[in-house]
Amino acid sequence: MTALQQLKLTVNGVNYEREVDPRLTLVDFLRHELQLTGTHVGCEHGVCGACTIIKDGQAVRSCLMLAAQADGASLQTVEGLRNAQSGELHPIQRAFIEEHGLQCGFCTPGFLMATLDLLERNPNPTDQEIKDALDGNLCRCTGYQSIIQSVRLAAAKTQGGKLAGAHGSA
Amino acid sequence: MKPAPFDYYAPETVDEAVSLLQRLEDDDVDAKILAGGQSLMPMLSLRMARPEALVDLGKIKTLDYIHEENGVIRIGAMTTKSAAEDSVLLQQKQPLLHAATQHIGHRQIRNQGTVGGSFAHADPAAEYGAIAQALAMEMVVVGPDGERVIPADEFYLSFLTTDIDCSEVLTEVRAPVMSEGTGWAFQEICRRQGDLALAGVAVTLKMAAGNCTDVVIAVFGVNAIAARLADAEQLVNGSAPGEALFAKAGETAAAALDEPITDVHATGEYRRSLIATLVRRCLAEAVAGAA
Repeated sequence: MTALQQLKLTVNGVNYEREVDPRLTLVDFLRHELQLTGTHVGCEHGVCGACTIIKDGQAVRSCLMLAAQADGASLQTVEGLRNAQSGELHPIQRAFIEEHGLQCGFCTPGFLMATLDLLERNPNPTDQEIKDALDGNLCRCTGYQSIIQSVRLAAAKTQGGKLAGAHGSA
Repeated sequence: MKPAPFDYYAPETVDEAVSLLQRLEDDDVDAKILAGGQSLMPMLSLRMARPEALVDLGKIKTLDYIHEENGVIRIGAMTTKSAAEDSVLLQQKQPLLHAATQHIGHRQIRNQGTVGGSFAHADPAAEYGAIAQALAMEMVVVGPDGERVIPADEFYLSFLTTDIDCSEVLTEVRAPVMSEGTGWAFQEICRRQGDLALAGVAVTLKMAAGNCTDVVIAVFGVNAIAARLADAEQLVNGSAPGEALFAKAGETAAAALDEPITDVHATGEYRRSLIATLVRRCLAEAVAGAA
């Protein structure tokens, strides 16, 4: 057993302090230690994108990081999309529902977080920009067309305005 | 847990990292440097790599920069690839390096993966290998005896192997600003967008009195290390551009390859034919873009 690492980080606005085994991946930390099971584990080696979360404002794959690497970071997972006060879904989530951007839903948390990263950088993306931003996420149900439509609708819903992420908007 | 157990260290300065690496080497500990981890983490998870110690450079904040000084662009080794992708300086002054960056993995990978990590990992299919050769880049490493500057053609030794010593850390990569009027192209073939390339080509050239000059053709993904192809470069140098010349250069480049890699993704002969096609297309694109 190797020495445990002290870990301090923020997830969806909540501060956590934990001791972790250095070889614990970030996604396993989120799911097993914090019980935040919204982030899904697909391939576990950086191919499928299901485990995509936001770290310090940017989308990353939580299976391709050690929990220890997130020391000091601010994370957002799919659980943080919903408005904490009103309980309302985030406009990106509503857009995926309205445009049927999911079927089985396994890949959806990753797509939602990758979409959040895209729309924060680029509030009015072209279809090509949407495809480029989501090319690291696999979906085996939809054939992707409805996902692209969902992102288009999400961009429209936020009217090209800044997305407020954890605290909801629009 | 997927990776095998290891000791974990997160030094906060380069000096601290170097003395730690030296101590681990003296103690015969098999240590590996962790940069962004976008190649190392899958290798750990698949247990293809089982280091006894990981030295994470993520806490070293001084290695995150892109700036230009006297015609040389310096990129700190821990700069993320998305920072390079979003860099206006790179886009304007070294568009070839910028274009190659956009081909690396996916946005999520580029957000966490570092520029230095890709150079140091030395995957044969890594875009930066070809850019290092095409631009004659320099790598700066710091070790117990101080700093060394390694030219690209001495940096890469073989598959996943560089000239970086066990107790050294890659701190910076340097690329020249692209000179006025240079035409360039970067193209690769992947099974899926964002996958490691089966084969890829980088070209730079200039035009003088209607002829191609200063022609550089670098290929990657086909052999253990990326390389320039002198025969094809010489064929194009001093000649008037045209489809026939580009096609001949493609054939010359393909013929010059020594036993291209055969793996589950493609045969060596398929990779050879990709190089012929990509060299032809890149030359046409570079000539069209040259002033």
